[in-house]
Amino acid sequence: MSRVLGGLIDRNKPIQFQFNGKTYGGFAGDTLASALLANDVRLMGRSFKYHRPRGPLTAGSEEPNALVTLGTGVYAEPNARATVAELYEGLSARSQNHIGSLSFDLMAINDVLSPFFAAGFYYKTFMWPKAFWEKLYEPVIRHAAGLGKLSGLPDPDAYEKGYLHCDLLIIGAGPAGLAAALTAGRAGADVILADEDFELGGRLNSETYALGDQSGSAWAIGVLAELASLPNVRVMARTTIYGAFDHGIFGALEQNIGGKVRQTLWRIYTKRSLLCAGATERPIAFANNDRPGIMLGSALRSYANRWAALPARDIAIFTNNDEGHRTARDLRALGANITAVIDSRLDAPKSTDYPIHAGAVVTDSAGRLGLRSVTVQLATGETRQIAAGALGVSGGWNPNLHLTCHQRGRPIWNADLASFVPNTAPVGMLVAGAANGQMTAVLADGMDKALQIMTDLGIVAKAISLPVAEETPVRLTPLFHVPGKGRAWLDQQNDVTVKDVKLAHQEGYISVEHLKRYTTLGMATDQGKTSNIGGLAVMAEMTGKSIPDTGTTIFRPPYTPVSIAAFAGRSAGRDFRPTRLTPSHHWAAEQGAVFVEVGMWLRAQWFPRAGETTWRQSVDREVLATRKSVGICDVTTLGKIDVQGRDAARFLDRVYANGFAKLAVGKVRYGLMLREDGMVMDDGTTARLAEDHFITTTTTANAVSVFRHMEFCRQCLWPDLDVQLMSITESWAQYSVAGPNARALLQRIVDAEHDISNNAFPYMACGQITVCGGLRARLFRISFSGELAFEIAVPTRYGDALMRRMVEVGAEFDAVVYGTEALGVMRIEKGHVAGNELNGTTTALTLGMGAMVSKSKDSIGAVLSTREGMTAPDGLALVGFRPVNPSDSFAAGSHLMAKHGAVNAANDQGYVTSLCYSPHLGHVIGLGLIKNGAARHGEVMRAVNPVQNTETLVEVVSPHFIDPKGERLRA
Amino acid sequence: MPSLSALTPLGAAHPKTNQIGTITLTEVTDRALASLTCRNASMPAFSAAASSMGLTLPQAGHWANGKQSAIWTGVDQWLIDAPYGPDLGQDLKSVFGDSASITEQTDAWARFDVSGAARVDLLERLCPAPSRRMTPGMATRSTIEHIGCLLICDADRFRLMCARSYAGSLHHAIFTVAHSLW
Repeated sequence: MSRVLGGLIDRNKPIQFQFNGKTYGGFAGDTLASALLANDVRLMGRSFKYHRPRGPLTAGSEEPNALVTLGTGVYAEPNARATVAELYEGLSARSQNHIGSLSFDLMAINDVLSPFFAAGFYYKTFMWPKAFWEKLYEPVIRHAAGLGKLSGLPDPDAYEKGYLHCDLLIIGAGPAGLAAALTAGRAGADVILADEDFELGGRLNSETYALGDQSGSAWAIGVLAELASLPNVRVMARTTIYGAFDHGIFGALEQNIGGKVRQTLWRIYTKRSLLCAGATERPIAFANNDRPGIMLGSALRSYANRWAALPARDIAIFTNNDEGHRTARDLRALGANITAVIDSRLDAPKSTDYPIHAGAVVTDSAGRLGLRSVTVQLATGETRQIAAGALGVSGGWNPNLHLTCHQRGRPIWNADLASFVPNTAPVGMLVAGAANGQMTAVLADGMDKALQIMTDLGIVAKAISLPVAEETPVRLTPLFHVPGKGRAWLDQQNDVTVKDVKLAHQEGYISVEHLKRYTTLGMATDQGKTSNIGGLAVMAEMTGKSIPDTGTTIFRPPYTPVSIAAFAGRSAGRDFRPTRLTPSHHWAAEQGAVFVEVGMWLRAQWFPRAGETTWRQSVDREVLATRKSVGICDVTTLGKIDVQGRDAARFLDRVYANGFAKLAVGKVRYGLMLREDGMVMDDGTTARLAEDHFITTTTTANAVSVFRHMEFCRQCLWPDLDVQLMSITESWAQYSVAGPNARALLQRIVDAEHDISNNAFPYMACGQITVCGGLRARLFRISFSGELAFEIAVPTRYGDALMRRMVEVGAEFDAVVYGTEALGVMRIEKGHVAGNELNGTTTALTLGMGAMVSKSKDSIGAVLSTREGMTAPDGLALVGFRPVNPSDSFAAGSHLMAKHGAVNAANDQGYVTSLCYSPHLGHVIGLGLIKNGAARHGEVMRAVNPVQNTETLVEVVSPHFIDPKGERLRA
Repeated sequence: MPSLSALTPLGAAHPKTNQIGTITLTEVTDRALASLTCRNASMPAFSAAASSMGLTLPQAGHWANGKQSAIWTGVDQWLIDAPYGPDLGQDLKSVFGDSASITEQTDAWARFDVSGAARVDLLERLCPAPSRRMTPGMATRSTIEHIGCLLICDADRFRLMCARSYAGSLHHAIFTVAHSLW
């Protein structure tokens, strides 16, 4: 065990876990990586391309190497970073990307073959034969390379989304964030403090610097306790702010421990935000700098100080700044043997506690599955082997400015830090502490920024008393890579070396964007948090330019990976969208109805009866029974809009092509609504209940869009008109009752004082009535089927009971209830247009309703419906089709060609819009649009379906297949 | 009395109540609703009519409690909520006359009341509206799982209202999230 004294782990809570099938012990507060290191396990994975042995480089979310699969079976989560995986009892993890064991990976042959696998190798190599790419090369390459694998099974875990609002979102609960939260929290602002870690405090938990008379972590605990007592502050641990979006909206992913929901994706609406995300230390590249045991100096301090874990006893340090010496002091205090501090600066600090090599660099390393020694080139030029089981590398700090870039903010170069610092940030965002390149006095910076934000929001805030912080300024001499032979790794996640960047330069991929795509530098789960600047520095060296002149690295969301399941939240499977149920749904379900989704509605499509084995049998029966006697259909889904006001009639005159001003009270009229460009938008009936009161119906599909259009007209085009609109689709359960016995059935429902005889209630009448002993209802004598028909509406709560009552009293007439298929068959038989014909390309003229566009008044679309090309005599017009041979069928969507001649676009005469089998006629019938259609009745044409390679001879006929004179519906 | 039996929006004879942890989820069906919109240039008569029946008409983003409460739903437009009666629309028309356009809305809506200490925790997982900042008397339109809703803040509960046909889906969403809290 390499566990040392101290740390923030809870030694009273031991935890057992498994890695690659072997059981280990750790403590509450450990990460998987810290617990493995404490168990002397440095080797945690294999690299992406060359299958090199790898251990953790970092101790945080920037980790490129220590990726593991957590959990097993359907619960397996690939590519989890061991460095942030919170240890829990029973955790089971597996290493990834190897064939054979982790320590003997057969795919490590790739490392030997590495000269063939340089950047872009497969672009150049697998060029031919072309067909081999998809079938052979890509599968083989994908199998050999890559990270973890998904189970391929549905994720059984629950995820959810939520919404939060605050005055100030503070991103990062390190010293700056805590100081800011306390300042704003005490001022009474609504504050959210979010941090990706499970232990809040940031670097305070990893450093030995004192704050006043206590440790940094103790100060953090005190501040967090006060924040927890403030009702206006919400502290969110395990919560990564992964993206900064428009209007101060942030995306956050919260890991839930122990709850029923695994992750919550929060959308946070903020007035202001303060980025306190700290900084990430960067490595220095040298030959074979990727062996397990080589890690960032700050990571070594974290493992030692926070987790009491030393990866080895003999530890060397390689640094270009004073941080390395701090690492050496901390580790030595915990019992490590510091074998050397290799400082690239000639003016390195001095110490008598351990050997310091000033002006020296590490040029190579040794150790097959873990670091054994490093090769050091001293200032004198002499080379020396130094024993080390771990090497702490400190190359300087990169501020975590990622969120400042999410709306195209471009950072600027800071020569003192040799790194990019934020320049512009999204509206409402300030940056404090190390994230802003402010490496000292970060507490004060956090407080000052919070005070500035409070002033901006008009909230009175006071400065808080801050402890004196022990700290040292950054003093560094830039060094990004040590020149020399051997492969020096820049991006350990993607196996990109200094040589690869040089190759990219040699081949002309000089722009950073090209560099990234050519070498894959900065891609995959870590998005180059430890590698981008290094790559840029090498490219700058190649081009002879400065780093800022070479390019800038910016970042897109997400900051760290977010699972697709979290984005989906609860919207999985049937919960993808809500479902609307009709008033007769429960009754229909009891009958075994087959339902169809119509928008969000579930409508009964047909009602199978015993012995019916195909849908056609059910639909044919429903149609024939309706035409013979009576059928009932739930038509509640049609949009219903209450139109009231002194100018209601004038308003309808303007939104409909035909006139409504003269419609008598108690009457219904069919209306055609045009778009501004003259095309048909929708159709429906409008009933006049009073001088100032109409009810307009829309198609089911356009219920919302027509209402929205009418509201737009009312509010924006003609606010002077006194008209008020209200959707009443949901207020009324509405049923169509159609067929020769429709009236007889209804007479058993409608209260006796209401006369619905043909004389008293003729075709296109409407009225307010009562049914079933005084229930208020509305009756409309309208027909979509071509039969004598009514639509009856009752308050929705009575819809189920009315359906049951109508079925009961209808038994006398062998009444049927029909679904949307029978509805469709009957409307095609009657020649009524529906969605297939109102397809956005048709005009009133096309549909045979040109005369409906009134010339005696203006209405939306009236002018443009007469423009050139819309009124050509050979334009498309609605016709019917029937097969010349009655046993033939053809497909909706077929195109019409002359009986003889080539089948091509030039000869195209039109197309079939709707098609069904008519049980009434005993053959297939269709509706469609052909050029000059009205004059072509009787012509025989070919219905051509090039998709299925069929041709059917059809005769052009009137679109009205039954009762063309309309005698039935007036009966 | 009509000889037909009514169903609740969830499709049962009686409203449903669920107790999930400290959350109580109640389907409310004993209220009548009607939309009330002032006609152009009719505000004096409209206001007088409202006063005559003791109706307080709140500003945007609010609702006013009373025997008949009013929820602001648009410019010069309110949703009136009253004890259940067969035709609230007609009742209001007799008071407001031509000064208002009135549409009976009783059966257009489903209403679920959510009470209990964790009600805001629940709503934060359902609804983008700032429920934690809402105080009694506030009301807003928002969405829950794509369903347009009215969110009405009362002293001890939130009332959630959606179009009646969505009742099952809204109830399912609330129920699912409530269960996830415990």
